[in-house]
This record gives sequence, C-alpha cells and structure tokens, in this order.
Amino acid sequence: MPLQQTIKYEADRDPHFADWIQSVAGGENLRQCIQCGLCSATCPLSLYMDYTPRRLINLAREGFKKEVLSSFTIWLCASCYACRAECPKQIKVTDIMYTLKRRAIQENAFPKRFPIPVLAREFGKMVFTFGRVNETLLVIDLFLRTNWLRFLSMTGLGLNLMRTGRMSFLPESIKRREELRKILGSLEGKDEFLTWAGPVAKLLDEKEMLK
Amino acid sequence: MKYLYYPGCSLKGSGKAYEESLLAVFRALGVPLAELDDWNCCGATAYMSVEETKSYALAARNLAIAEREGLDVIAPCSACYLVLNKTQHALQENAGIRSRVSGALGAAGLSYQGHVRVRHPLDVLINDIGLDAVKKKIVNPLKGRRFAPYYGCQLVRPYSTFDDPVNPVTMDKLVAAAGAECVEYPLKTRCCGGSLTGTVPEVGQRLSYILIKEAMKRKAEAIVTVCPLCQFNLDGYQDQISSRFSEVRLPIVYFTQVLGLAMGLPSGQLGIHRGIIDAGAVLTAR
Repeated sequence: MPLQQTIKYEADRDPHFADWIQSVAGGENLRQCIQCGLCSATCPLSLYMDYTPRRLINLAREGFKKEVLSSFTIWLCASCYACRAECPKQIKVTDIMYTLKRRAIQENAFPKRFPIPVLAREFGKMVFTFGRVNETLLVIDLFLRTNWLRFLSMTGLGLNLMRTGRMSFLPESIKRREELRKILGSLEGKDEFLTWAGPVAKLLDEKEMLK
Repeated sequence: MKYLYYPGCSLKGSGKAYEESLLAVFRALGVPLAELDDWNCCGATAYMSVEETKSYALAARNLAIAEREGLDVIAPCSACYLVLNKTQHALQENAGIRSRVSGALGAAGLSYQGHVRVRHPLDVLINDIGLDAVKKKIVNPLKGRRFAPYYGCQLVRPYSTFDDPVNPVTMDKLVAAAGAECVEYPLKTRCCGGSLTGTVPEVGQRLSYILIKEAMKRKAEAIVTVCPLCQFNLDGYQDQISSRFSEVRLPIVYFTQVLGLAMGLPSGQLGIHRGIIDAGAVLTAR
C-alpha cells in the first residue's frame, strides 16, 4: 500500500487565504470562531456535507484552500442563514460560503458536473441577457447541461405545472436592457458570464433575444 | 397608504397564485399597490455565488427606480426580500461596495441615496394596515380548519426587523384572524431545501419531506407559506417525495389565499386552482 501524507506541513497551507476571506464583505469575523459547532448543529444540510460548517470554517482560516474550494459543502449551503442567526461570535457563515463559491467558480475548482455551480452560472448569464429569469427555460437548460436522465424524471412535475398554468416558455425581459447592461458592464468580471447562450437559447431566435 | 410592488420573477411564473391572491387581498383592503417600473431580477441566491459587486448593483437598480417614487417597496418573495435588504445593508455598511455600486448606477444615469424601505406583506398587514382592519373584512371565517404556518428561512433571517428569526408569529395572527387554528409547528423556520430539491433531489427533497411529514403528524390540513420557492418545493415535488421516502399528501397554500377566501373573495381571483395538490376542499369552514 503506497504511503500517503495525511497531515499537512506548514508549507502546504496557503497562509494568505484567511486574510483574503476577511478582506471580503462578510468575512471580517472569521478568526473569531471558537469552534463551538452551533453552525453545524443548526445546519439542516450538515449531514450531507463533506466538511460540516464548523470544520469548513476551521479549514478556511488555517489556509486549507484546495480542500475548501473543491468541497461539496459550499454548494450544499442553501443560504438559510440558520448558522448566522445562531453564531455567538456573529460570524456571517453564509456570506463566507458565498465568497468561497465565487472563488471556486473563478478558479474552476468546483466539483465537475455538479449541477449547483452550473445553475449559478447560467442564472447569472440569463439575468445579464434579459434582466429577468424564466424559471422554465433555466431549469430545462440546466438539465440538458448536466443530467438528461434527471430531465426525464421531471416530466410529471412539468405536466403538473402546465396543467395549473404555472409554466411559461417565453423569456421574460425588462424594457431597458441597455440600462442594465451599462450598470453591470461597468463593473469588472469575466466576460464569459455575460451572455446566456445555452442549448435552450440556441433554440430560440438569438437575434430577437439579444436585441 | 400606497406602496410599490416588486413581484420578482417567481410571482410572474410558477408563483402566479401568490401575485393573484396578494393583489386581490390588498385591493379588497383598499390599499393600492403599483408595480415597480421596469423592475429586474433581484439576483436571488444564485447570482451572489457568481459575482459580488454585480449582484449588489443588480438589486440596487430596483432600489434606485423605487426611490424616485418615494414609497415603500413590498417584496412578497422571501429571496427578493432578503436580497434587497441585504443590498441596503451592504450599501450602508461597506464604503467600497457603496462607491462601486453608485459608480455602476451612474454609468446608466441612475443614483440611489439609500432612502427606500423594503417591506414584506406580512409586515405591512400587521404593522401598517393592522390586524383589526383585516378582521373587519373577514366574512367567511375558516372555522374548524387546522393549518401549519410555515415561514421558511430568508424572510426571517437575518434581516427581518418585524418578526422573530426563530419563532415568528405574524402569519399565525393572520391565519387566526381568518378563523383557522394554527397547529404547533416547531419547524416553521427550517429550510425547505431551496433550489436543492431540483439540483440534488435526494438531499433537497428530504428537507421538504420532513416539513410535510411533520405537519401531517400534527394534523394540519394544509401548510401556509409566505414564499414562492417554499410553495413550489412543498407542492410540486410531493409525487417524487412519496416515491423516494414515504407517502405524503398535503395542500400547500399562500397566506394571502387563506386571507382572501376568508374575506369572501372568489377563488378564481386567488389562484386556488394553481395548486398541484388540490387545496379547494380545505379552504372552507368545516
């Protein structure tokens, strides 16, 4: 059996990672954590996470950047803010999760073909393109990108939504798209997040859509 | 009393019944709601995972448009309520975000001074209109019905100022005013699973399952919600939840539908027919 290093050397850690988290809005109190575990206890998703919120916070502040950014934990956080409400040190755990999600997307470190980061990206593109989100198109697009079989398992739900008039196949759009584009375009960010052009977008008339 | 109404994307899509019933109830109470001009998506939880400043700027465009009208904004969707209030806090507390966002708004000729108040219809009904005014309009009390009041997460945490983050009661009061009984429901602020019900169903639907099962165990005849995503998750996935875990069947309604029916409004105006699990039978006096 090949030997594996199971404990990190000081040099394996990223010493600036915690400083960086603290420099982003919401991360200020990261180093105040007393590891009490109230966040993990109150989190309805901690039992599915590879690192519970308490462990994730500890890993993050000790500079275990790779483990943190490639974890499922940050993507399983549903933003219910229970941890933040319970934290005796007022650590904004949910906001730290967001900071880590953004970094994981930037560094392409998120678990591949895991649908949540894909959803976040496609959502962003749709908002930039139309100013509003059409849930039906977003969800169809997501399943075409990540999991065809799951798409088929959703037919029952789709039919129910159609029956009750809760589904729409036309993109919703604001009137002053140019105004929104000036706002978002004036801020730095990756260009690839700017236009929605998924498999579903290709089926629609792109010229009409991007007018 | 006049308000701006910020529907958000869900109330124009899968949450239509929430828009229909909210507008009908406010109309019947004589409180006008004017839809915010050319509003855009708040960004919800997804956009914040991709871009930080852009997500604040996206939400701030709505606030800038609202500020021109000088009225409070009503945001019925919990995600919209949270994001718009979160943006207010970020703009107030963080000078860097404030200056980047105001620069971005300026690029489109907009500005925002921070004067808008973003409210939830529960807050407005209880604190502005008042429980007494609501009670006066009740003509069909839903006597003998037992409902589980479910608030979910993002309405009460972390920015709500009008109710408790762990044990909120404003909706309980309105359901009681409508003549129904609220069952003891300790899970009232536990997460429904959010978007995980679709993306990681074995995990997300488990959270929805727990909420429905516990409400049924407490002999609730429906769960009453304040959020389009909670309603969608709890109502839409019951077939999948039943085959994945164990059989559940429970109508999931908006608090505005409960109020509307008790106020004698026709069910057609309240989107009752949009429930995937039929709710008509439990929304009358027993």
